[in-house]
Amino acid sequence: MSTTIIWTIAIISGLGLLLALTLYLVAQRFKVVEDPRIEQVEKAMPGANCGGCGFAGCHAFAESAVKAPNLDNHYCPVGGNETMKQVAGILGFEIKEKAPMVAVVRCNGSCDNRPRINEYDGSLSCKVKASLYSGDTLCAFGCLGCGDCVEACRFGAISMDPATGLPVIDEEKCTACGSCVKACPKGIIELRNKGPRGMRMYVSCVNKDKGPAAKKACAAACIGCGICAKTCTHDAIVVENNVAYIDFAKCKLCRECEAMCPTGAIHGVNFPKPLDKEAVKARVQERQKKAREAAAAAAAEVKPEVKKEVDNG
Amino acid sequence: MARRTFSIGGVHPSDAKISRDCKIEALPIAPTVYIAVAQHIGAPAKPVVAPGDKVKAGDVIAEPGAFMSAYIHSSVSGTVKSIGPRKDLSGNIQTVVEIEVEGDEWKEGIDLSDTLVTDIPEDPKAIIEKVKLGGVVGLGGATFPTHVKLSLPPGKKCEMLIINGCECEPYLTSDFRTLLEKGEQVVVGTALLMQALGVDKATIAIEDNKPEAIEHISGIVSSFKAKGGKYQGIEVLPLMKKYPEGGEKQLIDAVMHRQVPSGCLPIDVGAVVDNVCTALAVYEAVQKNKPLVENSVTVTGECFPKQANLMVRVGTPLKYIIDYLGGVPEDAAKVISGGPMMGKAVANLDAATLKGTGGLLFLTREQTKRMPESSCIRCGKCSEACPMGLEPFLLRRLYKAGDMDALEANAAQDCIMCGCCLYSCPAGIPLLDIVSQARGQVMGIMRARAKK
Amino acid sequence: MVSPNPHLHSKTTTSVLMRDVVIALLPAVIVSVVFYGWKELLVLAVSVLSCILIEWSVTKYLLRKPCTIGDWSAAVTGILLALNLPSTTPWWVVLIGAIVAIGVAKMTFGGLGQNVFNPALVGRVFLLISFPTYMTHWVQPQGLFGVDAVSGATPLGVIKEGLMQGASVPDLMAAHGYSYSQMLFANIGGSAGEACAIALLVGFVYLLVRKVIKPWITLSILGTVAVVSAVFWLANPMQFTDPLFNLLTGGLILGSCFMATDYVTSPMTTKGGIIFGIGIGFITLMIRYFGSYPEGVSFAILIMNSVVPLLNKWFHQKKYGRA
Repeated sequence: MSTTIIWTIAIISGLGLLLALTLYLVAQRFKVVEDPRIEQVEKAMPGANCGGCGFAGCHAFAESAVKAPNLDNHYCPVGGNETMKQVAGILGFEIKEKAPMVAVVRCNGSCDNRPRINEYDGSLSCKVKASLYSGDTLCAFGCLGCGDCVEACRFGAISMDPATGLPVIDEEKCTACGSCVKACPKGIIELRNKGPRGMRMYVSCVNKDKGPAAKKACAAACIGCGICAKTCTHDAIVVENNVAYIDFAKCKLCRECEAMCPTGAIHGVNFPKPLDKEAVKARVQERQKKAREAAAAAAAEVKPEVKKEVDNG
Repeated sequence: MARRTFSIGGVHPSDAKISRDCKIEALPIAPTVYIAVAQHIGAPAKPVVAPGDKVKAGDVIAEPGAFMSAYIHSSVSGTVKSIGPRKDLSGNIQTVVEIEVEGDEWKEGIDLSDTLVTDIPEDPKAIIEKVKLGGVVGLGGATFPTHVKLSLPPGKKCEMLIINGCECEPYLTSDFRTLLEKGEQVVVGTALLMQALGVDKATIAIEDNKPEAIEHISGIVSSFKAKGGKYQGIEVLPLMKKYPEGGEKQLIDAVMHRQVPSGCLPIDVGAVVDNVCTALAVYEAVQKNKPLVENSVTVTGECFPKQANLMVRVGTPLKYIIDYLGGVPEDAAKVISGGPMMGKAVANLDAATLKGTGGLLFLTREQTKRMPESSCIRCGKCSEACPMGLEPFLLRRLYKAGDMDALEANAAQDCIMCGCCLYSCPAGIPLLDIVSQARGQVMGIMRARAKK
Repeated sequence: MVSPNPHLHSKTTTSVLMRDVVIALLPAVIVSVVFYGWKELLVLAVSVLSCILIEWSVTKYLLRKPCTIGDWSAAVTGILLALNLPSTTPWWVVLIGAIVAIGVAKMTFGGLGQNVFNPALVGRVFLLISFPTYMTHWVQPQGLFGVDAVSGATPLGVIKEGLMQGASVPDLMAAHGYSYSQMLFANIGGSAGEACAIALLVGFVYLLVRKVIKPWITLSILGTVAVVSAVFWLANPMQFTDPLFNLLTGGLILGSCFMATDYVTSPMTTKGGIIFGIGIGFITLMIRYFGSYPEGVSFAILIMNSVVPLLNKWFHQKKYGRA
């Protein structure tokens, strides 16, 4: 071995050692002392950094959770109850299990249901289209179809259905992080309870125009007739601004509203048996008839008693 | 060819002034008009009539809703049928006053004769009050209430009044025809504005593709100099044909060689800019007591069989105007309210004209269909074209990254939405769509910051 | 139809711009075929066709994106690559060059508009390093139907060699009978692109007239070369070649007119472009005078390409209303 090689090896090794020592010392000197639990919590997080929890990434969530007195305002929709159990375990907190949620597209204005009245030639962004005009159909509230929601989803859970022009959500992949909800300029997408075995009801329309105008724009529109609200025996449906809304906390999945809706604007998904509309309608009408008869009878009973009093008094 | 122009950016679309020889003719009044209460910058006007009321042309039907607002007058005589929601040209709901037309009676006191009144009232405040009562707003398209523009903030002094006769948008010729047919009135209107502003210098800027107008107005200006007073300070300045020569900031740069700092107003550099049609409206409001109830509209397009410049009453349905001239042509794919660079594509032809409506343009699919988008080739043509010196390619990248601080540092809020960037991009990238979203978001952030 | 404003568009598209570049290169292409014969035509054909083919296959099979050969940029790279190579380059070497130029330097970065380095130059430099013998086998122009290739080094090569052997510049120039008119009209050995300067300048003027490029970068490069070489030549005319020689030989004209002005790899502002040009001119001369390669333009442009993002960060367009 010539001296050149020995010198080379020596110098390079020496340099390497020197640099390694420098790096170690600098790392020690400038170490950020953090509560070790932050790292533990962060390890338990899914690491998607999606912001669905409302914090700027998983590390920020961990920091806040460690400092907080309880986990009330901390919930990771991507990791769900499993992750929160782990975090609670690390921090010694109690948590309540939350019902898993999923994103729901509340519009059924497909190309068939909702005819186009002009051609949009601008940039393919719902935000741009929404700030330009009321849309290429007569419904100023419905889905614009450019796919801002698809682009916003970090989990690949939304895609555009070319046949209908509407977004479709893959329940398995959806983590209910809320990015699509924020991305939609029309507020069509909503996070709703996934429901027992995935069954849930929702009104697939956000059109606030009066009934005739809504119907003219889209065959599947909610016309604000209120039949669903009258039918519901669980107080779950409210009709406001000419559109119905189902409160998913109160809904008991009886599907009576779906059967009674004249335009088919109410959807029930993941039910094992198909809905027998006629049978349910008959049942509802029967019940309502009985209720009317009972009310009439009660009114008739009151009248003779009053008559007696009047006669006596 | 005039060499004087603004110093940064600009593009050269073909000016397509195919309607330049069409004299302004009065459009017969439509059977019903729909006058919007929000057709100016600022608060919507508050209606002061009710259904069933009889009105004459020139009657006030809505009063200013705030300091930054304007009067709205009935443009026809007839009965108020309703005040309620109606879709505008973008399909959005607006409140309109529907008036069923009966005859053509005008309010008393309005002078409809052609007699030229050249004596300028002494009191600037009286002039401004008459401008306000006349409901005059900027007719260059922005519809800024003129009386507010004339009410200078304390401490600000106007050094130069610029009258915009450039009409830099292709196809539009109503300003050009106004200069040729109502040139004297425009010059008197200029003098009135000068008196209201307390300024001695005014420049009427005209693009060099209108030599007849330059000659005609120059003749009037020199003959009026003998009248003395404000008339002696008016000059005509030919400017290079370039888009957007008529943009307020660009005009100030071309005429005064000064640039309005970002976030400031023209008056901060001593300039006030008004359109020639606004000067005409000021003349009519002050000298003739005639409020702003009609505006000249160019109806044009290569595919449109009959070119025309029409004097249209405010609130006339667009369909009525088009049907009067023969209906929408077969091969017209897009109808634009305004010019092709900054105009709005009409989604709803049932809408009615506003004070600021100055053009109806028909373009074929071939002329207007956007080319498919391909990748940015980093040619820099967008940046060369931008009259505000912005870098649209950079703003696009920053917007995609969501970097609001960098967008503000790179002046996204200074964008004037002229469209030069999208016009010149060889790759067909929808630059203005993106920059205007960025601009909106940055301005929102700046406003929220100012409130704190 | 409804869209945001503006509702008109200028007629300039990417393919129109690239086509103009191809047209601007045609005089040089024709002259090179006339001087170097059918072999040159083969090099050109292989280069252009393989560039197009590689871009097509990468976009179709690897990237699965819409095909972009319609924008003519692959053809431009093909022509520029061919003009940088000796006419005797074997076809398979040209093919490898095209694969590196398009496949590596352009498509791996993401296709048109995303590359940092000029693809044709990357291809050329790769070949220079991998196949030095082929790449330095320059021939004298033989005319269209000349069969026997007579090897001849480029003037730059001759000077470099000669200087290393101790001769002085004036002696070498006299010995080989170099005259400026020769270099301008190309009767000396070199790559096709090095040859006819006039044909290249005609193309350059065409691009200026068609408003495809602005002259700043080119003028900045040529100006820097002229000034810096003048300084060195005046200091020591024995060791250093004079400005006119430097301007007319090597790939300087081709590089400054067509390679440095490539949209994607050059700065976005005029100021940035001028600095870019100064850098290229300076580095070219340093390599020519002091480096071990006789020619420095390719390396200089590639080095300055890497500085372009920094130039874009430092030099911005002058904004309205801001100091």
